[in-house]
Amino acid sequence: MKAFSGKLHIQWTLVCFLTPVVLWLSLLIVLPHIDLLLMSFRTEDDSGRLMWSLSNYMLFFREPIYWLTFVRTAVYSILVTFLTFVIALPVAFYITKVAAPRFQGFLTLLLLLPFWVSELVRVYGWMILLRESGVINHFLLKTGILDRPVEMLYNDVTMIMGLVYTSMLFMVVPLIGVLESLDDSLIEAAYDLGANMWSILIKIIIPHAVPGIVSGSIVVFMLTLGNYLTPNLMGGKNSLWFTEQIYNQFIASFNWNQGSAFGFLLLVLSSLVIWVGLKLTNQKLSKVVK
Amino acid sequence: MQIDLSVIDITKKFDEFTAVERVSFEVNQGDFFSILGPSGCGKTTLLRMIAGFTEPTAGTIYIRGNDMAGIAPNKRPVNLIFQQLALFPMMTVEENIAFGLQRRRENKADIRKKVRAILDRVELPGFGEKQIDQISGGQKQRVAIARCLVLNPTVLLLDEPLGALDLKLREQMKVELKKLQAQVGTTFIYITHDQSEALVMSDHVAVMNQGTFEQLDTPQNLYNKPQTPFVARFVGQNNAWSGTVHQGQERYHEIRTDEGLIFRTRAEEQLEPGQRVDLFLRPEAMLIQPDPGLTELNRFDVVVNSILFDGANSQLLVSPLNSRRELIVALPQNRQYDYIDEGDKIELGWDKDSGICFRER
Amino acid sequence: MIRSLPNSRTYTLGFKLYIILYFSFLFAPLLVTCILAFNDSQFPALPWKGFTLDWFLANVPGRVGIFHDRINLDSIWVSARVAFFVTILSTTVGTCGAFLFEQESFRFKQSLYFLMIAPLVIPGVILGISILVFSNSLGIFFEESWGLDVRLFGPGFWLVVLGQFSFISTLVTLVVSARLKKFDRTLEEAAMNLGANRFEVIWHITLKFLRPAIISGAAVAFLMSFENFNTTLFLVGPEATLPINLYLQVRDGSTPVINAISFLLILCTSSVALTNLYFSKKQV
Repeated sequence: MKAFSGKLHIQWTLVCFLTPVVLWLSLLIVLPHIDLLLMSFRTEDDSGRLMWSLSNYMLFFREPIYWLTFVRTAVYSILVTFLTFVIALPVAFYITKVAAPRFQGFLTLLLLLPFWVSELVRVYGWMILLRESGVINHFLLKTGILDRPVEMLYNDVTMIMGLVYTSMLFMVVPLIGVLESLDDSLIEAAYDLGANMWSILIKIIIPHAVPGIVSGSIVVFMLTLGNYLTPNLMGGKNSLWFTEQIYNQFIASFNWNQGSAFGFLLLVLSSLVIWVGLKLTNQKLSKVVK
Repeated sequence: MQIDLSVIDITKKFDEFTAVERVSFEVNQGDFFSILGPSGCGKTTLLRMIAGFTEPTAGTIYIRGNDMAGIAPNKRPVNLIFQQLALFPMMTVEENIAFGLQRRRENKADIRKKVRAILDRVELPGFGEKQIDQISGGQKQRVAIARCLVLNPTVLLLDEPLGALDLKLREQMKVELKKLQAQVGTTFIYITHDQSEALVMSDHVAVMNQGTFEQLDTPQNLYNKPQTPFVARFVGQNNAWSGTVHQGQERYHEIRTDEGLIFRTRAEEQLEPGQRVDLFLRPEAMLIQPDPGLTELNRFDVVVNSILFDGANSQLLVSPLNSRRELIVALPQNRQYDYIDEGDKIELGWDKDSGICFRER
Repeated sequence: MIRSLPNSRTYTLGFKLYIILYFSFLFAPLLVTCILAFNDSQFPALPWKGFTLDWFLANVPGRVGIFHDRINLDSIWVSARVAFFVTILSTTVGTCGAFLFEQESFRFKQSLYFLMIAPLVIPGVILGISILVFSNSLGIFFEESWGLDVRLFGPGFWLVVLGQFSFISTLVTLVVSARLKKFDRTLEEAAMNLGANRFEVIWHITLKFLRPAIISGAAVAFLMSFENFNTTLFLVGPEATLPINLYLQVRDGSTPVINAISFLLILCTSSVALTNLYFSKKQV
């Protein structure tokens, strides 16, 4: 009895910490997803009774509108991720390596600020700027560049810009993190050894930044894929983002089984792309999500 | 005299690796007891078993006669000063020192009084309000000691607490720690890999190697009468020289070194002619150009390879003639040997009681 | 190339220009939104018709400022209540999670850790529908088994709280874990050695050390909850949260009162974020 008193205490704290975490993860993550999966394999027959079937998934492949939207969402999400990276890398590089050190903190802060504000407010701002009666049109008309207002909203380019804008933070912050840990003297040494800017970028900076790039890309990709607001408000009106299909099934058509199947497909897609990304770059999820 | 700590046949195994193997010793009340050994010898494991953070695989620990088996670390009458001190950075000096007393639910007035008294004792009066990051390394050291001593432990364990200090401060703290221990009279068990710390402060020192005690003795005996080759090598500087027993009688033996030099020296164990041995000779045991009148000395000629000037610790690196073996010889700075230059041939001599040889292992 | 190396003028200038363009891109929509909140016009658009505070203060037909706009005020109140509960719940559970994954060892720790970070890579929409589906199933199950009609299982306030909590806890866990990783565990041993038991150690030493991280975790949780849209969209009941409410108004077109709300939101969130940042910087 006496001999185990020390060990018993440790077990006690384990129980205290483990219980809430297990409850959280099982009740709100594991079981709901299992239920979602089960739901997606059921369908109502003619008499309105639920039965097991693959018809929800069959429908997805049969109807081009569904799988085309799916493919479109995936391709655009990858494009958005890539664009975000290309735009964010110079910014992160400037802040960590080029800007005077006393401005670094200020610039980083400035960078973060817009992202504390709700996505909705940011999208709204873009709408005020871009729509037919928007601010940009106003100025273009005033300066005589245009003679008739142009609708700049509700097209794919604008939507992609909006998605890039929304996800920017999640790329810049990890990039700043990895570039900060890159020793300046490595770049100086490469320069000293005669490397030009391009080879420094390819041979030194990018390889060092891989963990940051991967973690940024995963988050950006996932957020873009699952985004509803931006495509809905800035993209075309005809529900061409896959989350909108899910929403329509759940809320508009009230066909939860179909919606579950769509949801599950989206989940599989996002897990698959993340998994491939991790494999290609030889990273671990637990390392990337620090 | 009362025995504060008694450790009997204690063993600790981590999977296949045995960190501590059947170690037994006793520490008297008021003793300054050091455990000296290289890193990885098991001394920290031994200390952690006494503190209760690690459970022994076998053996027993008694503190003032009470078996410590199964007693949690927070219930043992021992306190530990950690290597990195482990002062609580989120508390002031006073809160740090009061922490243990508060855990004993002592009343506030008593705590204040005790904290103040112990701060005076470690010569930090008025430091109570300071934050931990506002005080110097040496002061942190004293706060860590005060934090333990205020609890009046039966035994105070110290895990290389001076390791983090710079050299000068370390020298100073050595002396302070010894004085403090003499004043408060608490039993100290001090572990270190620094032989000078152990020799300067301790009443008794145990030299530990690969999980066992090689020798437990007074500092003087460790230095002058090492009982194992490990102790001879580890405690103080030593020249090791291999050779063969040429002729043996009682305690003195005639050794022929691998270079063919013949020396008379002392041995603590029984040696037979033809036995391979290691001869240990301290740098300061060798006299440079000894007086020809000293007939009993072992004498041999060497060439000076280089002079390592380091004030009072200056040394010569020499090699016996026609040999690549390098020996270290103390070079007293009394101007007597200023004439020696690199490349010179000089004579060295040493007394047969200054060397010691062991069977080769 | 970098500041310590000689750079050509074009390189430096070009880079500066790029950064300026980038920051304009970042701030343009916010700035325009804020400015138009003070435009004396029925529409959130130019031309500028003069400065007014009507969209905050007015209360006449056709021009109701935010401080008199019942629907929007109600939704702010709903969002604040949701955020409050989410913050409390996720901070508690997230701190437990940090302790669990940093300090305890148990079987299947790796798998559980993987599960814990999963909510970060599951799209919010999926979290929303899965929780909706599951709570609905539970509701049906309770009703069929015991004839109980549990309100909690239908879309509404508490389901929104749970839905947001499900992924915000992960964020808090990561924020607190990051600091707990830096914690020197010998401090705990030292406290134990001085006579503290495990709970006293956690209370007096570890939690004190974690306080800044817990506070900033709570701030992050509050903001994330207050602004959440994707997960909430599927779980919301008759009580709309602010983002849901704003979404409906933005989609269907509305007066500059949305600009006024946005202006206030920008003001509040940036001040919360700035204070949080200030304190977390100070505590390092």
